[in-house]
Formats: sequence, C-alpha cells, structure tokens
Amino acid sequence: MLITLASCRAQATPDGVVIDFWGMGREGEVAQQMMPEFEAEHPGVHVHVQQIPWTAAHEKLLTAYVGHASPDVAQLGNTWVPEYVALGALVPFDSLLKITPTVSATDYFPGIWATNVLSDTVYGIPWYVDTRLIFYRKDILARAGFDSPPTSWPQWMAALRAIKAREDPGAYPIYIPTNEWPPPTIFALESGSPILRDGGRYGAFDDPPFKKAFQFYLDFFRGGLAPRLGINEVGNIYQEFERGTYAMWITGPWNIGEFRRRTPPDFQSKWATAPMPGPDGAASGVSLAGGSSLVVYRASRHPREAWQLVEFLSRPEQQLKFYHLTGDLPARLETWRDTSLANDPAARAFEEQLGRVVPTPQVPEWELIATRIFDYGEQSIRGGMPADTALARLENEVNRILERRRWLLDRPTRKAGR
Amino acid sequence: MSRAPGERGEARAAWVFLAPALILITAFFFLPVVTGLALSLTDFDLYAIGHPENVRLVGGANYRALAQAPMFWSALKNTLYFAFVGAPLSVLTALAAALLLNSRLTRWKGFFRTAYFAPFVTTLVAVAIVWKYLYHPRFGLLDAALGSAGIRPVDWLGDPRWAMPAIIVVAVWRSFGYNMLIFLAGLQRIPAEMREAADLDGAGHWSRLWHVTLPQLAPTFVFVGVITAIGFFQVFAEPYVMTGGGPLNSTLSMVLYMYQEGFRWWRLGSAASIAFVLFALVLAVTMIQLAWRREET
Amino acid sequence: MKRRGASTVLHVALGIAALGTLFPLLWMVSGSLMSTGEANSLPPRLLPAHPTLSHYAALFTRLNIGRYFLNSVIVAGGATLISLFLNSMAGYALAKLRFSGRAQIFRVLVAGLVIPAQVAMLPLFLVLQALGLVNTYVGAMIPAMATIFGIFLIRQYAMGIPDDLLSAARMDGASEFRIYWSIVLPVIKPILATMALFTFLSTWNDFLWPLVALTDDAKYTLPVALAGLAGEHVQDTELMLAGSVVTVVPVLIAFVALQRFYVEGITAGSVKQ
Repeated sequence: MLITLASCRAQATPDGVVIDFWGMGREGEVAQQMMPEFEAEHPGVHVHVQQIPWTAAHEKLLTAYVGHASPDVAQLGNTWVPEYVALGALVPFDSLLKITPTVSATDYFPGIWATNVLSDTVYGIPWYVDTRLIFYRKDILARAGFDSPPTSWPQWMAALRAIKAREDPGAYPIYIPTNEWPPPTIFALESGSPILRDGGRYGAFDDPPFKKAFQFYLDFFRGGLAPRLGINEVGNIYQEFERGTYAMWITGPWNIGEFRRRTPPDFQSKWATAPMPGPDGAASGVSLAGGSSLVVYRASRHPREAWQLVEFLSRPEQQLKFYHLTGDLPARLETWRDTSLANDPAARAFEEQLGRVVPTPQVPEWELIATRIFDYGEQSIRGGMPADTALARLENEVNRILERRRWLLDRPTRKAGR
Repeated sequence: MSRAPGERGEARAAWVFLAPALILITAFFFLPVVTGLALSLTDFDLYAIGHPENVRLVGGANYRALAQAPMFWSALKNTLYFAFVGAPLSVLTALAAALLLNSRLTRWKGFFRTAYFAPFVTTLVAVAIVWKYLYHPRFGLLDAALGSAGIRPVDWLGDPRWAMPAIIVVAVWRSFGYNMLIFLAGLQRIPAEMREAADLDGAGHWSRLWHVTLPQLAPTFVFVGVITAIGFFQVFAEPYVMTGGGPLNSTLSMVLYMYQEGFRWWRLGSAASIAFVLFALVLAVTMIQLAWRREET
Repeated sequence: MKRRGASTVLHVALGIAALGTLFPLLWMVSGSLMSTGEANSLPPRLLPAHPTLSHYAALFTRLNIGRYFLNSVIVAGGATLISLFLNSMAGYALAKLRFSGRAQIFRVLVAGLVIPAQVAMLPLFLVLQALGLVNTYVGAMIPAMATIFGIFLIRQYAMGIPDDLLSAARMDGASEFRIYWSIVLPVIKPILATMALFTFLSTWNDFLWPLVALTDDAKYTLPVALAGLAGEHVQDTELMLAGSVVTVVPVLIAFVALQRFYVEGITAGSVKQ
C-alpha cells in the first residue's frame, strides 16, 4: 500500500488525459478559471492547476525537476528559462511553431521574445510581459515645478531634488527598496553595460558603464532622495504613496490594478506612469524585458496536449481575458489594440517602455548573480561599504560563480550539456 | 568458539530485530553523510544534474571558496552568536523557572509547569509567523507596549542590529520549557538530607542556593547548555520564516546558507561543504563537553 | 508574615512569567477570530470586537488546509508507528540479546548522534530521487522511521529489564519474538509512550525535510503549507494566525492531556546521562 501511495501522481484516466500546470502567485490562482474553456474545446483532457508562491517558486521548480516530479506545462519567469535550457529540461518549440499559425514571433515584443531564444532555438512562449518603470505623483511633481515626467537622468535628479526641497522633511521623493535587483540592473542596462561579458564568462562590473550606473544608483540614497529601507520595511506602500511620503516608485504593471484597488477613487487622478528616464534622454531609457513564459517539460508524457494548452493561452482573446483577471500585461501585440488597454492611460507608458526593453544576461546563474548585485548594493547603501570596494568584491564573486560556466563552454566540445 | 543453541537462537533473533532499523539508518543516514563528504569534494551543481560528465573532483576547493566568501563568515558568526547567546539565556531562564517551581511555597505547580512547557510543543513555523506580527514596527503589540512606556518603536526584524536578538528571544521562549523539566528532575534528585543539613546550619535561601543547589546541579547545567547550544547551531526555521536571512544577512544561519546554496542555487558541492563545517563545529563542542565531563569524574 | 510575603512575591513572579510565556499563543487565538484588518489596526487590539470564524472557513474551503492537516497526520502517524517497532526491536536487541558485535554496533550508533541531521539531508534528497520517492509520503517519513536517538532511548530503558524475566520465558520455550512482543513491550511501555509522543511531535513540527522532499502542494504537511501561505498572504494577518492555530492547537491540547507520559520520559532520560 505504501508503494501505491509512493507512486501516486497525475495519471491518465481511462477515458482521458490529465496534464499538470504550475502557475505562480496570482497567475496560478487565476489560471484555474481559464481551464474550463480549454477543456471544453479539448474533450478528454483535464488540466490540474497547482499554484506555487513566488517566494518558493525557484526552489520548487528545480527541486521538482530533479525529483522527476515536474509538471507538463509551467509558467516560468523568463529570466529562469536559461537555467532549464542548461538542464536540458524543456521542449524546443521551433518545429511546433512552424505548424501552429496562431502563434508567431511577429506578434510579440521583440525584446520579450528574445528572452526565450537560446542558441537560436525557442524554448518558451511569452505569456505575459513585465517591465519596470516609474509610478509617480503628478500633483507633487507639478508642485515642484515639473508638469511632465523627466526623460533624462539629469532631469530626473533635478526633479527629485526640487520635490525634496518643497515637501516635508519626513517624505522622500522616491522609494527604491535596497534589496531588489531590478533598479541597479536597469541603470546598468541603460548605461549600455552588458553586465556580463565574453558570452557570460566574466563580470563587467569593473567597466565604466556599470560603474557609472552603480554610482547613479547610490546617488539616490546619498542625496537623501530615497530611504535606506528594504522591500518589507515600509508597511503599506500604497498608503504611504497616497499620503505623499513617497512621490515616485520604480515598479511593475501589477501595481496599476493594486493602486486602483487599494486607494480611494479621488486619488486616481493624482498618480500616473512614465517610462524610465535614460542617461541621455528618452531613447536610452531602456528597461527590463520581464514577464513569464509558458514552457513544456521534456519529461511530459503528453506533449501534444501540453502544447495545445500553450497555444490556447497564447490566443489574443485568452490573453485579454487573462489581462482582465490579473492586470498582467499581455504578451501578444494584437491584444494591446483592444480598447481596454489602448485607452488606459496608465498602460500606455508600459506599451512605450516595452518597445525599449533589453534582456538580462541569459545565463543559468543569473538569479544568483542578480541577488549578489543588490547584496553588494545594500552593503554600500546601508553597510557603509565604499562603492569601489563593493564593485571589486562583486566582480570577484561573480567571476568565481561563473568559473563552472567558463570551464563547460571552453573545454573541447563533448556530446551532452548545453 | 561454539555456542549453546539458545545463544545462537538469541544471536539470530538479535540480527533480525536489528536489521530493519540498521538498514534504514545506514541507507538513509550514514550513507548520505558519506556521500555528502564526497559531494563536498566535487563541483556538483545544476550543470551536473543528469550530466555526470560535468562533475569534477576539486578536492578542498569548495572549502577554500567558503573561506573567501563573506557570506560564509556572516553565517558562521551569526550561528555562533545565536548559539552562544541563546543557549545560556535558555538555560538560565529554565533554571530560574525550575527553582521557582521547585520551591516548597509553590502552589499550582502543574499549571505553571504546563504553561512554561507549552511553547516547546508548538510548531516553529506557526509561532514564527505569530512572532513576526508581534514584532511589526507599526501594528505589532511589542512596539505598542514599548510605546506606552515611552520608548520609541524599534523595527525588530528590519534593523540589522536587532533582528538577531529578536530571533533569539523566540528560540529561548520555545526551548526553555524543555530544559526546565530537566532541571526540575535534577533539583528533585538533590537528597533532602543535604537541604535539611543546610537549614540546620542556619543557611538562608540564597546561601543554600549558592552552596548546595547550584553545585549539585552543575553537571546538569553543562549538559543542558551544550545540548541546547548544539540544537541552536542548527537554527533554520526562524530566520527562514521571519527574516529570510536578512536584513543585510544579519540573521543568515549556517543551515539557511546551506539550504540556499543547495536548494536555491543548486551548488550542491558548496552546500555539502557548509554542512561539513557545521558538523565539525558540533563535533568540536561535543568533544569539549566530553573532555570536561571526564575531568569532572 | 515573612512566609506569606515570600509566597506572594513568588506567585506573582510565576504568574507574570506564565502570562509572558502564554501571551503569544493567546494572541494567536484571539487574532484568528478578529475580522480582517482588525489585527493590524491602531491602536492595537487584544480581543476581537466581533469574533468571527470566517478565516477558519476560508482556510478549510478555499485554501485546503484540511488536506494539509491530513497529510501531517499521515506522515507523523506513519513515522511514529513504524519507528515504534523498528526502534524498540533494535533497542531491545542492543540491551538484552547477546550476540557478537553488539558493543561495536552500539558505539557506532552513538557516534552517529553527533552528526547533525542536515549533513545527510542534501544527499538524502538525491537518494530519494534515485529511488523515485521524491514527493511521496514514504519519502517524507524516511528520516523518522528509525532514529539513533530513539534506539538509544529504548536501549537505556530496556537495560533495566530483569534478566530472570527473560530467561524464565526462554526456559518455557518461548521464541525470541514472542518474548519481545508479550514481555518486553509491555514492560517498556512508559518509554515507548515517551518515544512515540516525541516522534509524533518532531515529525509533525518538522519543516526543512518536508520542504525539500515534497514538491506537490497536495502532499504538503502543515508547516510547509503554512510557510507557503505566509509568503503569499503576508498582509492577511488574521488568516495566517488562524492557520497557525490549526497547526499548533490540536497538538498542544493532545500534549497537555498526555503530559504524564512524556514528562516522566524526559526526566528519566536525563537521569541516565
């Protein structure tokens, strides 16, 4: 009996197929609601949806893969795709794409699509897109003498200093949590830093572009423009934004919905979104090519049905429905023409930004490297470590992390391993 | 040497009785430990899963890398801080509780004993969540209580100086009940004659405590202290649930670090080496305790 | 009177200590009955204005906590039952049965006590993976099915079994298993009860191993599920407190009721040191 308990997993029912789908966070919660329509279209196929919290998702997915307990289809943060490709865990989609006219690379933001392509092979289909830009208080900015959001770094600094001069001493012009990797990474990408060089073999932290970006990042804190706080230390950020404790926040699209839900109706006219200011103006204001992709695991026993689910969720109508359920921005360009998005002033900045996104280095070690970037950032901001020391140590540590990758890439080519 | 039939039957039975437990312990404990040692000498990681040709024997490289990793030293320092502050606190609290409970004046002993023991029975994750809310800088009851006494609120879990003490409080709260029971047993074993003799000599409470009770308890004291410290070396759930190792890695423990290296980043060679450093630590402390006790007797 | 004064001081101290110790648990229960947002209000409240069971309802319906509770029962109960037999057999054999190698085996086991469990955890996960036992109840139970500490506990206690009892039974022709089952087990009942309670408690409360070994939320035990919920619902204080209550209170009640059985065991165990 213990053995049957031990091997209890998703089995094919006598008259049909069961496929496992893993979603994270809110997307996982909501995915369940989209399945009945899929199942009606594909009789005999049942989708078992499991939701995993984001905080544990990275571990859970890898552990499941190692334990031969992966699902058939999963939502994967697109910065994680290289990891699974390195493991040889994912089904390449090129041949499937050729026979599926409803899914085509041309209907996706190029920067986003690129995050799923390694060695010229497509491993994931973007499900929703994500990037970071500025949410700001129009009224506070106007009071400080700026009636349009800044588009360049010098303008941005000037605006923040003007806000600081006008507002209460206890308020900060901008909130940048010290334990998030996107802000310093975005500044680096904006400065043209590749972050890693030589095909991801070495860190580029000692090079001028990253150094410039890092100093810019530290300037927010050194100038008293941002509080030296981590992401869980603010309490209720929406309340603080409403109270004017903060006038700007670099964050993502889900907060459009959150602001509308958590702040009163008369506050809605006071906040707006704007694309990232770049070092030299709007065109250099790039941001992260974020979002989640849909992937199919090689170990899946029902790859055909798994791909059908991916195709279903990629249809423009389903993308629109998903947008309405979650507030996550759709990956399909066609969906953006729907009035609910086209006429949404908050979403417009995102559409503009998504045309200017750059992927982070597509190495399996990216998640670890990103963690180290803000770790050392925090050491400088809150721990008093000089910037040069922090960058030197960061470079050292990342180079050590990448030693494996260097060895694998540079030894004489053998059969397995990507 | 031939054995009597009865003895042979006994020996046979003994092996049958031992086999299931021994097989399980060997296969699922000793074998993994040895494998862990071997793992720590390789660079087994994500690339190597399913592709064994990607594994290299690197000898002491993982250990050398640890010695150069600031995070390792943080984890080590934090773990030692946690154990060498937390264990004495837990032991002293337990001793105080045991002494109070053991007094001849005490009534409702059962109730108090149960109350002090209750935290030990609780699930760590569950109470860590409760304490996390109690420590909240704005809505938590601790800062509210401090506030009404005129003390400024402290962000217990967000301040690098206070996060570790805050976690130590939770660990002491949970563990002192168990140690208290052991002290109670020890106190009750002190021969009544010794107490009476001290009374007859006209000794007061404190003098009796200092000259009779505590010396009698000394071996128990050391034993409980070491066991508690060893348990505290393995702290994981509190930082995992309450702080994630932060802020600024001030609550990163050895086991949490090992978990992150092993299960978040899949650098299993590195994680295994952390585990063995932990083992060495525990072994060292145990050896010291054994040497102490041998000196005593 | 000096005595009365001392007694008052003593009991006040004990009372304050008891209040301080129990306070987090009391607040846990109180908060779980508050309406949403009440536990996060200013000034902070100690008691709910209008107690509600809505969070418990949410836990048992939307969030499936009944499932996790059942998983915990299965894993903890299974481990306890199995370890009762395996540990007692091995402990008895090491205490009372004569065979060559007995001393060495015991020494090796005791040496193993020094090794922290986490050292074995990672490779054990790989072993589970090789055996296909990841994400199974059996996999979650494995570290608890036979433990050196359990064997040690029983062996120490079983040393006290009078030898004549056993030799008399042997002379009557009883098989070794019969002796174990009908004589030894009843005699060591107290330590068995202690061991069973401790195994159940430590397996119920175990966090790191099930976190690693169980990947499917259908199999999560309560601590793992609770940690997962805490990640997603950090704003929902009352809900999380209710989850904590469900995890802590049943076992707490059981332990208070069964105190007699293991308090003896702890103190007995410490005497033999």
